[in-house]
Amino acid sequence: MDMGEAIILAGSAIGAGLAMIAGIGPGIGEGYAVGKACEAIARQPEASGAVTRTMFVGCAVAESTGIYGLIIALLLIFLKPFT
Amino acid sequence: MLVMAIPAFLRGPTDPTVTGPHVITSWKLGPLTINLTETVVLEWIVVAFILGLAFFLTRNLRVRGVSKRQAVAEMAVEAITNLVRDTMGRRWLWFTPYIAAVFCFSIFGSLISLFGVRAVTSDFSVLLSWAAVTFLVITWTKIRYGGIGGYLKGFADPMPVMLPINILSEVATPAAMALRHFGNIAGGGIIMMLVYYGLANASHMIGLDIAIFDVGIPAVLSLYFDLFSDFMQAFIFIMLTMVFVSNAGPAEEEASAS
Repeated sequence: MDMGEAIILAGSAIGAGLAMIAGIGPGIGEGYAVGKACEAIARQPEASGAVTRTMFVGCAVAESTGIYGLIIALLLIFLKPFT
Repeated sequence: MLVMAIPAFLRGPTDPTVTGPHVITSWKLGPLTINLTETVVLEWIVVAFILGLAFFLTRNLRVRGVSKRQAVAEMAVEAITNLVRDTMGRRWLWFTPYIAAVFCFSIFGSLISLFGVRAVTSDFSVLLSWAAVTFLVITWTKIRYGGIGGYLKGFADPMPVMLPINILSEVATPAAMALRHFGNIAGGGIIMMLVYYGLANASHMIGLDIAIFDVGIPAVLSLYFDLFSDFMQAFIFIMLTMVFVSNAGPAEEEASAS
């Protein structure tokens, strides 16, 4: 393995790690959403079905940025697009 | 000393590689190359399975003396109909069969990975085609309720400066839906592959040629990454489809009033 390839591999690995910082946002956001959903269900238990459904959809939307980070990290680690 | 020949698959995965679906054959059609990939063949299997299941569940339907099989079929149809009615409203009830079809296809296409093959839904083109159908239905709904002029004017709403942003958000909707489903299933599959690889290596390290740790232990993780995540993503995909499509039209009261 020559020097250039080694640098590219190291850069890819570091980049993959950095890409996963994207996991922070969805973590905080989803936690907030689930907390609010718990409050709503505690206040109005009869609406738990609708609240849970809405919460899952909201979580899914909030999760997408984290998933983009995951896709970038997987691309960098396994497909090594720059080598 | 007697050395027994160990079949290769008992050694477990030894090479953590991630590839796209294998191309089985390909045809040249002028400038186009049509590939028959692993995914397409697996899709045929899934379609055949769903057809067989539907045929099996709906034989000998009767009003009195309902069999267990019919009860299951009725429960499934009722659940999905209620979901569509609660989410989209009564006037979208005709949309139920498409939602049910996508849900079944998605969930069985993901669960097929339990048999050790690639999940159908870890191929991005599959998700992109489903999302494209959603996009077409959204556009059709907007045109149906607003007319071509109203649809085009919607891009310059609230002011003409927003035009690029509106076009971007129109395209981003299906792209985000497809990427979310793809990322979850493909990411889960890669994590499971790494777990199998790591456990196989661990059992080679303590001197066993057979990947003994691969038995049972990954099942705990598989419960989340295969069963829960597959069901959740199928559900989220149909929920988002329903929400986006029903939001493209006017609200229920306006539609019934006009």
